[in-house]
Amino acid sequence: MISRSEYCVVACAEAWRDNGEVLAAAMAPVSTFGARLAKRSFAPDLLLTDGEAMLVGLDGEPEGWLPYRRHLTMVTGGKRHVMMGASQIDRHGNQNISCIGDWSRPARQLLGVRGAPVNTLNNPVSYWIPKHSPRVFVERVDMVSGVGHDRAAAAGATRFHRLGRVVSDLGVLDFETPDRSMRLASLHPGVTVDQVRAATGFDLVIGENVPYTREPTGEELRLIREVLDPEGLRDREVRV
Amino acid sequence: MTDKTMTPEEVVGRLRSGMTLGIGGWGSRRKPMALVRALLRSEITDLTVVSYGGPDVGLLAAAGRIRKLVAAFVTLDSIPLEPHFRAARESGAFALTELDEAMFMWGLHAAANRLPFMPVRAGLGSDVMTVNAGLRTVTSPYEDGETFVAVPALRMDAAFVHLNRADRLGNGQYLGPDPYFDDLFCEAADTAYVSCEQLVDRFARDTAPQSLLVSRHSVTGVVETPNGAHFTSCVPDHDRDEPFQKMYATTPWPAFAERFLSGKSEDDYQQAVRAWHEELR
Repeated sequence: MISRSEYCVVACAEAWRDNGEVLAAAMAPVSTFGARLAKRSFAPDLLLTDGEAMLVGLDGEPEGWLPYRRHLTMVTGGKRHVMMGASQIDRHGNQNISCIGDWSRPARQLLGVRGAPVNTLNNPVSYWIPKHSPRVFVERVDMVSGVGHDRAAAAGATRFHRLGRVVSDLGVLDFETPDRSMRLASLHPGVTVDQVRAATGFDLVIGENVPYTREPTGEELRLIREVLDPEGLRDREVRV
Repeated sequence: MTDKTMTPEEVVGRLRSGMTLGIGGWGSRRKPMALVRALLRSEITDLTVVSYGGPDVGLLAAAGRIRKLVAAFVTLDSIPLEPHFRAARESGAFALTELDEAMFMWGLHAAANRLPFMPVRAGLGSDVMTVNAGLRTVTSPYEDGETFVAVPALRMDAAFVHLNRADRLGNGQYLGPDPYFDDLFCEAADTAYVSCEQLVDRFARDTAPQSLLVSRHSVTGVVETPNGAHFTSCVPDHDRDEPFQKMYATTPWPAFAERFLSGKSEDDYQQAVRAWHEELR
């Protein structure tokens, strides 16, 4: 029996396939397991951090120094693919982590824009959203932090703007459409198209035959269960 | 040479209401909390605070000392959202200049290098441009012709940073993994005050050169404040005080301020913290 969270880890890992020698940066448990799974299996050249100021190998052994000032240079040099979270995201991939409501006096102050503006204009950006809901997938985000396709184009800032995939607990979404609006790329096994549609606050592009997210290999399952997450943190983040 | 050692009270005595104050560290990491606490014991207010924000911003916001904040985020790291910053924003207590992390860094570089701005590929297309109507763009004069945001210099009247070691002349050493941007804060400010875990007479001959982050030409005053970053982390001298931070984040401000910040000195604060930990046992 493969759990939903295990499909999510594999779907996150796939974001870094064929990325080469770049930093795989992730913020949440499942996306972090995904980055490590990618490095342990099909993307061994990826770089990882310890979440503080070091580049580390698979067993945490240091291989480089990465204080914030150098981390920002990896971003602007394009040598990084980050998987951020999103409090809100729209069909064009505009993301908000700053605040909910009117910015001048928000109903709910969140983190602030952090590095989302510089990330989205400089290195590939994907998103991991552990609870797919109409409150997150919205028609319009309240404060554009991460820049989507429409806004990047309007600002003439597309030179290094690359959005990868959006992985949620229900499926994988991407922007492989003529106008770069969000599309349902795959469903995690056990999820229906109607479920995704009901959990999305805008009209998602949904093709005729949506495939299922690929199965983890036996070795990938072993790595997830025995090496990366023996404590089962993945099932606390993805409650299905 | 000039002995720049002073007390937290003497540092604060050199500040004035309405000043622009930079605060080093990052989130809930190596924050000059003893100097912030000294500020809270004074009457100084109406500040423009420039910070990669953590509980330094939370304390000053809760105490109503901020007129304007310049920041990319405010967080306690292990607790993502800073409760007093949230409350202040949600009640419209102060003005905010919300910048991206890289824009902020290049604003410090511009100030340290006496430049009016730095071109940055960040901010365009985001609502950072919408909420900061004063931000301007600049076009590359070379063939590429790309447009950038011209991030204005973040010049400050004063800066506070906290380091692991310092000498009496104002040379400061960090022993943890990340310098954050403390050297830039000192260089970007007209006056800079370094608090440290421990004063040293001199640095050993075999000192790792890269650890000497802050140089005396950019420092006005030095203060020895053991555990002065509390409750933020200051590795390897001390980790973040997670139980205390959790209590800070969940205790109503008047009760927290009464118990921990109503004393007359930093020693009173440290004693109140020790007493709180004793009670936990």
